Amino acid sequence: MLRIAPGERTLVTFELDGRPVSGHVEPRMLLSDFLRQVAGATGTHVGCEHGVCGCCTVLLDGAASRSCLTLAVQAHGRSVGTVEGLAPGEQALNALQAAFRKHHALQCGFCTPGILMSFTDFLARNPAPTEDQVRDTLSGHICRCTGYAPIVAAVMEAARTLRGDATENAA
Amino acid sequence: MSAPAIRSAQAEAPSRPPRAKDRQSSSPLGQPIPRKEDEALLRGRGRYADDVPAPAGTLHAYVVRSPIPHGLIRRIDVSRALALPGVHAVLTGEDVARLSDPFLVALKQPIPQWTLAVERVRFVGEPVALVLAEDRYIAEDASELVDIAYEPLPAIVDPEEAVAEGAPLVHPDCKSNEVSRRDFTYGDPDKAFAEADKVVKLRVDYPRNSFMPMECFVVVAQFRPSDGSFDVLANFQGPFSAHPVMARALRVSGAKLRLRTPADSGGSFGIKLSVFPFVVLMGLAARISGRPVKWVEDRYEHLLAASSGPNRVTHIEAAVKNDGRITALRMDQMEDYGAFLRAPMPGPLYRMHGATTGAYDVPNLYVVNRVVLTNKAPAALIRGFGGPQLYLGLERLVQRIALALDMDVLDVIRKNLVPSGAFPYRAAAGALYDSGDYPLCVDIATGEGRLEDLKRRRDAARAKGRHYGIGFAAVVEPSMSNMGYLSTMIPASARERAGPKNGAVSLATVNVDPLGTVSVTADLTVQGQGHETVISQIVCDQLGLKMDDVVVNLEMDTVKDQWSIAAGTYSCRFSPGTAVAVHHAAGAIRDKLARIAANQLNVLPEDIEFVDGMIRSKTNPDNGLAFARVAGTAHWSPVMLPDGMAPGLRETATWAPPELEPPSGDDRINTSLAYGFVFDMCGVEIDPDTWEVRVDRYVSMHDAGRLLNPLIAEGQIRGAFVQGLATALYEEFRYDDKGGFLTGTLADYLIPTVTEVPEIELLHIESPSPFTALGAKGLAEGNCMSTPVCIANAVADALGIEHVPLPVTPMRLHALMAGPEKTPPRQAKATSTAATAAKREGARELTGSGAVTIGAPVAQVWRALLDPENLKATIPGCHALDVVGENDYRAEVSLGVGPVKGRFRAEVRLSDLDPERSGRLSGGITGPLGDASGAGMLRLEPIEGGTRISYDYEVAVGGRAAAIGGRLLDGAADLVIRQFFERFASRLGASSGAPSASWWNRLTSALRKPQ
Amino acid sequence: MKPRPFTYLRPDTVAEAAEALSEWKEAARVMAGGQTLIAMLNLRLVDCEAIVDISRVPELSAITRTKTHLEIGAAVTQNRVLSRPELAQEVPLLAKALPWVGHFQTRNKGTVCGSIAHADPSSELPLSLALLGGEVVLRSTRGTRVLKAAEFQRGLLSTAREPDELVTAVRFPLGAKGEGTGFREVARRHGDFAIVSLAARARADAIDLGIGGVADRPAVRTIPRADLSRLDDIVDALAAELGGFEDIHATARYRRDLVRRLARPVIDEALSCSA
Ligand code: FES
Ligand code: FES
Repeated sequence: MLRIAPGERTLVTFELDGRPVSGHVEPRMLLSDFLRQVAGATGTHVGCEHGVCGCCTVLLDGAASRSCLTLAVQAHGRSVGTVEGLAPGEQALNALQAAFRKHHALQCGFCTPGILMSFTDFLARNPAPTEDQVRDTLSGHICRCTGYAPIVAAVMEAARTLRGDATENAA
Repeated sequence: MSAPAIRSAQAEAPSRPPRAKDRQSSSPLGQPIPRKEDEALLRGRGRYADDVPAPAGTLHAYVVRSPIPHGLIRRIDVSRALALPGVHAVLTGEDVARLSDPFLVALKQPIPQWTLAVERVRFVGEPVALVLAEDRYIAEDASELVDIAYEPLPAIVDPEEAVAEGAPLVHPDCKSNEVSRRDFTYGDPDKAFAEADKVVKLRVDYPRNSFMPMECFVVVAQFRPSDGSFDVLANFQGPFSAHPVMARALRVSGAKLRLRTPADSGGSFGIKLSVFPFVVLMGLAARISGRPVKWVEDRYEHLLAASSGPNRVTHIEAAVKNDGRITALRMDQMEDYGAFLRAPMPGPLYRMHGATTGAYDVPNLYVVNRVVLTNKAPAALIRGFGGPQLYLGLERLVQRIALALDMDVLDVIRKNLVPSGAFPYRAAAGALYDSGDYPLCVDIATGEGRLEDLKRRRDAARAKGRHYGIGFAAVVEPSMSNMGYLSTMIPASARERAGPKNGAVSLATVNVDPLGTVSVTADLTVQGQGHETVISQIVCDQLGLKMDDVVVNLEMDTVKDQWSIAAGTYSCRFSPGTAVAVHHAAGAIRDKLARIAANQLNVLPEDIEFVDGMIRSKTNPDNGLAFARVAGTAHWSPVMLPDGMAPGLRETATWAPPELEPPSGDDRINTSLAYGFVFDMCGVEIDPDTWEVRVDRYVSMHDAGRLLNPLIAEGQIRGAFVQGLATALYEEFRYDDKGGFLTGTLADYLIPTVTEVPEIELLHIESPSPFTALGAKGLAEGNCMSTPVCIANAVADALGIEHVPLPVTPMRLHALMAGPEKTPPRQAKATSTAATAAKREGARELTGSGAVTIGAPVAQVWRALLDPENLKATIPGCHALDVVGENDYRAEVSLGVGPVKGRFRAEVRLSDLDPERSGRLSGGITGPLGDASGAGMLRLEPIEGGTRISYDYEVAVGGRAAAIGGRLLDGAADLVIRQFFERFASRLGASSGAPSASWWNRLTSALRKPQ
Repeated sequence: MKPRPFTYLRPDTVAEAAEALSEWKEAARVMAGGQTLIAMLNLRLVDCEAIVDISRVPELSAITRTKTHLEIGAAVTQNRVLSRPELAQEVPLLAKALPWVGHFQTRNKGTVCGSIAHADPSSELPLSLALLGGEVVLRSTRGTRVLKAAEFQRGLLSTAREPDELVTAVRFPLGAKGEGTGFREVARRHGDFAIVSLAARARADAIDLGIGGVADRPAVRTIPRADLSRLDDIVDALAAELGGFEDIHATARYRRDLVRRLARPVIDEALSCSA
């Protein structure tokens, strides 16, 4: 049984966007804080720290999860995916990111990283979602700027693109 | 004026009216260009305030806040907090009062506000101390060790009660909680009312809420002892009229407060003006600690006390003719700003002042404006800024007028709209509406079968017995404020003495470097609108460049950048303001480059055009030079410049429209430069079982002059629509009637998610503003003004009700609409009639009652009640009990339900003792989880085999528990009180259990002990 | 909004978890998904000295179908259950209720057992378990015991779990042939805590009606089919008996009236899907 005393700092190591990161942290440190303050991965945002807003959503072993409701020690030995690992390279955005840009699905962009991570997981499991399913998943996020409609449109388009449904996409 | 161009949001290629100046067809201006900002933001490479690396040695701050709404600070003991390893300092009001001055206030009233409470707290969440520690976790730990003793005072929450005789004063040095009152008369309203066919009256209540951004406040402050200057990074949004306020509070000259804003900001919507007190606080903390200080506000703090829109009570009445014409309006607007007036409050009460008659041609007007203070968080800037409050009254009234005259609402609207062709139109209170065609907007929105469709839906729903209503709203949306509007608040004579205030300055700089790269800075702050993109469009339009050729940097640095008091991003000042300054600055660069190129190409400057990165002759396009080459000349070869031309390529343009005059002697004021128009129409259906309101169809018609980027414009409208919807149906800061704050999490403060948001249909026409070079007006606030009242009107239509309480929650509609209860519960926790249920809302007390039967004689029970040893064993979670007087105890207790537990200090008293018959048990608890106080009556009666104790109680819970755990409080209070009696009974030998709840029976029988 | 310090314990086996709990007792909180607990820790609503993280105990991550039950281990996430293709046949009510539990993102970590052990009166899963007459399996160093749902949930956030006990699994009875179920929830926003939630099961001779969010725990009543003609009166009396709590989103009266209005549609739904 792993046992860490309060205030004791232990080494936490996990794979962040395909690369190992580590840091010595107290057991109470939130994963969101680890990402931003220890790993310097500030792409993941924090909006409420009580699980409602969705800004902090990352992939934990591929599953979209609230990093504010996860202890950094819980990520030890796992893989964490964030917005910073989404694009295939410097030249191009991935299909989801590109659709967000095209549809003006972000304004201040504070909620965006979390939403992108949710739909990275969601679209992997549901390649051909209905709009209602997209709305259901998006309801785990708060966006104060966009009014949501452009986000739904962007996800639907990204799903089509990822399915290779180029004809519909062009329409 | 040329006819406006009509466009539908769905149209792929919008038709545009011809431009005033002819430009290259390749111009990006007016095109729906995706944003430049997005590339970085979509990769998680934003540079928000909390992302900026903090300087080495930075301390982290946590604000200790008042758990009570009103009270005197008797003692602050920071010793335990300071003793915690990792804690560096704890600041209190004393430090702040020693090193800083109170903030300047727009009113001449003794309302001193420091960044930490001095002597007295006035609202839940008011900063009282600041802990500085190695990290945030430790700072929060230490905050729980700061020991503050308060002497609670009665708090005032309701603005109308606040102005009543004998109400507790929020600021005792002010004679009244009504700290400002002005009456305004335009035309001859009394005569119009005397001659009216009918007078229609209404009262409306606009609620407290906040269009809170997803990113909370962030401040990083440094102090340089060498020159006594402060260097602060904050996600401040402006207006920069707050900068002198901050500098004065810090007791430094303006230049010694270097305020910087980051490249990105996670939204603002007006709210991030209110970070300014924390700029000062963290500056002081850096000065005192000698270390950089960083503070990141958390959501709990943000909800509690960051900012809010003001709530307003409006009494409004109209003099109307039988044909529907409104001949005069009277309004009494009482606006509640909470505990302090933050500069530039009371802005919302005056920002709309010139346009008080809205979209209607009403010549006679009487307005009373009152500013009221209460024990709530201070209100400040918020998207819509006074518009939502104004239109809730005005547009609800129009619906009531139609009912009173038995007319169609649309006919009343049409009858009174400012007519087509009347522009520029001077409204009764002084606004100069620049352009528009209001009746045309109404025709378009209701045309093409849209209104018919709404009516069909309504009729079909009503035929099935369902509640369906249609609502309308017509609003004038001002943009770019006249900096002088607030001076309308003081009488003309006082204005004369103080000197005129007016105008609005916009500034922008376009710079071209030796390699021909264009960079732009401007006097605004980033909040996510896409200014970088639109500024690039404007510059490209002038200089014939590609979007990527222009670099826009909107980080503000008050020491190095151009700014004036109007700077910042608020009140839709971008399109009619800064955008124009950018246009002029780029135009100046263009003129300069044209002259340089003309010189080199041997043509006249008038023959020069800027196309695709080339500067060339219009008549002979082959005769041209690369943009970079011409630009380089200004840097490398000043000798080749035309005579008299200064070298270098940097132009700062200033734009100050002449239309923004100071208030006139008779109090008329053109409050804004440009005025757009919004006409909304919606249908709502209300579920007769759950009383949930569903927006069935929503149409929003806009005329915001020229659209600079339709994609971004539409985004702004959609965002504002959801915030308007939130005001109508979801969001509200709730206080109980004693000033306790009840909405401290996003589970209780309900921001709509996508599943709560209906589709909307957007329509536009474009009536360019004649007062701005680009013809563009603001459009980001309109739906915050129109949507709440449009939905309220539809709900009123659906249910036939006059008073529509915002937000229209299912609970409130149920209270209004549900009749008497068929079978009320035996022990009513709630009142059973609709009227009292509605009145009860907000009552702080949780009430309950119960009874327990104990297998011991009355005399023994009575003795046990008075026995401290027994009490100690009976009070749930009691660690220690001291007797401080007869039947008066102090105790340390652990209380809670399930995992939610906390340690409290308790005071318990027994009084009104009628031996062996009845007594009163009262007291209170305080602890980090919050506080509670209550009282209960106990009655003993002998029954066969023992004693029956019946009790009822009233408990008021405040602080953190009320703000966060409200959902469970009622049940928790019940549980804790039952636990008390359960333990009491079990000590004495309970025989048969309490009344209704069967678990109680099981519990008490399980706990029964042989005597 | 940061947790207070605590000791972090991560057992690898159920036995270790039980040892940890027998050592720390009420000073420890069990964490499976952490979706409620960490939020409460961040808000400093919970004061606990130790966290026992059971999310990596392999024995607890099983979903087992027996002849009578679907047994769900304590580390099994809500989404894992929801994504079982056969769930709608196995426990139809669970397939209807689970999508109402939090959001996609929280269901990825939140566990079925955790929700039941937390015993929030508004939660969907305790209601479902109570309505179906399911069971909770508890384990301590003293042994294992199995409680009926009705015995397990004692009141507001309170259960019959002893401080040294660990909920290792819950058992949902499999849906029987000819049974039908219905579920309905009223919340301010999708995914919010229910103001009222209702579940119904139509059996051959009777209807089970379950109500969450009104009293301090789910209430279940069995209504013989013969009595359905008096349903309105039965529900009216039931609502009055339950009383209801007040909070800022709903008065007790509103809660009672929701029960009165929505019981019938939920029962109708159950009847219509029964064969
Ligand atoms: S920050 Fe994690 S959900 Fe809001
Ligand atoms: S884009 Fe600003 S919160 Fe979503």
